[in-house]
Amino acid sequence: MSAFEPAFESVVGRYLRMQLPGGSHRVYVEEAGQGIPLLCLHTAGADTRQYRALFNDARILEHFRVVAFDLPWHGKSSPPEGWQDRDYALTSHDYMSTILAVADALALDKPVAMGCSIGGRIALHLALNHPERFRAIIGLEAGAHVDPYYDLGWLHRPDVHGGEVCAGVVSGLIAPGSPEADRWETLWHYMQGGPGVFKGDLHFYTVDGDMRGQLGAIDTRRCPLYLMTGEYDYSCTPEDTLDVARRIPGAEAIIMQGIGHFPMSENPEKFLEYLRPVLEKIRGA
Amino acid sequence: MAESVLERINNNERLLRRGRLVNACVLIDTGEASWLVAIAAGRLASVARGPFVMPSWDFALRFSGEGWQRYASPEPQPGFNDLFALMKRRLLRVEGNLHPFMSNLFYFKAVLAEFSQAQRT
Repeated sequence: MSAFEPAFESVVGRYLRMQLPGGSHRVYVEEAGQGIPLLCLHTAGADTRQYRALFNDARILEHFRVVAFDLPWHGKSSPPEGWQDRDYALTSHDYMSTILAVADALALDKPVAMGCSIGGRIALHLALNHPERFRAIIGLEAGAHVDPYYDLGWLHRPDVHGGEVCAGVVSGLIAPGSPEADRWETLWHYMQGGPGVFKGDLHFYTVDGDMRGQLGAIDTRRCPLYLMTGEYDYSCTPEDTLDVARRIPGAEAIIMQGIGHFPMSENPEKFLEYLRPVLEKIRGA
Repeated sequence: MAESVLERINNNERLLRRGRLVNACVLIDTGEASWLVAIAAGRLASVARGPFVMPSWDFALRFSGEGWQRYASPEPQPGFNDLFALMKRRLLRVEGNLHPFMSNLFYFKAVLAEFSQAQRT
């Protein structure tokens, strides 16, 4: 096939009408492949496009039904009715409830959950609170807590362009050697977030979702836990992830060389080299 | 160094386009040296090297410890490769009126990268 010949990808996107915390929602869901459900969770202020490479990896799609959804307020999912009269702030409770409700709505039987950044943090919450629901859990760029290292107020104010500032803040989290096209695709997603959405997600990341002191209660015998972090991530550092792994008996930590905070989006090819063996291990268990 | 930075930035059309609304005086304090950079419509109007007795600026980037040296090394190690990485390590403090800085992060990250590159050459 010529590189210039139009061709559909195998990924299909649909809108799911459902009840979630906050009321009635219209949630955008993408999926491709068949087999073990692999439920993918995007980072703060972004959307399912971060997983575009997974949706096109024939080797993974042969054995896994890859599913991703845009959290409410993100990507092509709508904010709840009345959004204009409130500030968005993600909580651990709402985040977990949403993930479980989407898994139920799609009738995912013991899916593998894989989330990055805030998705990596909620992966720890899921491992602690709902291990019976998942075949395995993969936390990408997952740490127990992050103290804000800049004033988050800059992310949402009418006199600063939200797309520019959100992408500008996270740009350094991409590893220097990541491919230019994937770097700027990743940043484009950040430039397209709604006003205050990235900041609202960081409420979970920096305040509400603190997992310190709870890690020891995670039982990996009930649900295997894999932690994969890029060496260039200074938000959730490799040291943060290794510290989490030390506190959870049985957790497996993998530090990914030459990768930053957005492995599946900033350098998909390299990330998949790390991910495929983990998925094979889960499939073989 | 000042001349080369000024020339490289003022000849970079994409960077000038990105910074077209930037009008600010910026103090860069690397710990060992300091620079006062006057910017008009994204162009570097002047770059003066300190020490200064009474510098006047809109915002200042103050590097401490090994911050600048690690950031300006040819291949910065993880955790030292971006201004925000240094801020997280408390090796960079940004103070003053931050509006021009936060409104134009891509521009200022590129300007600082030019300073770090000029130091290496």
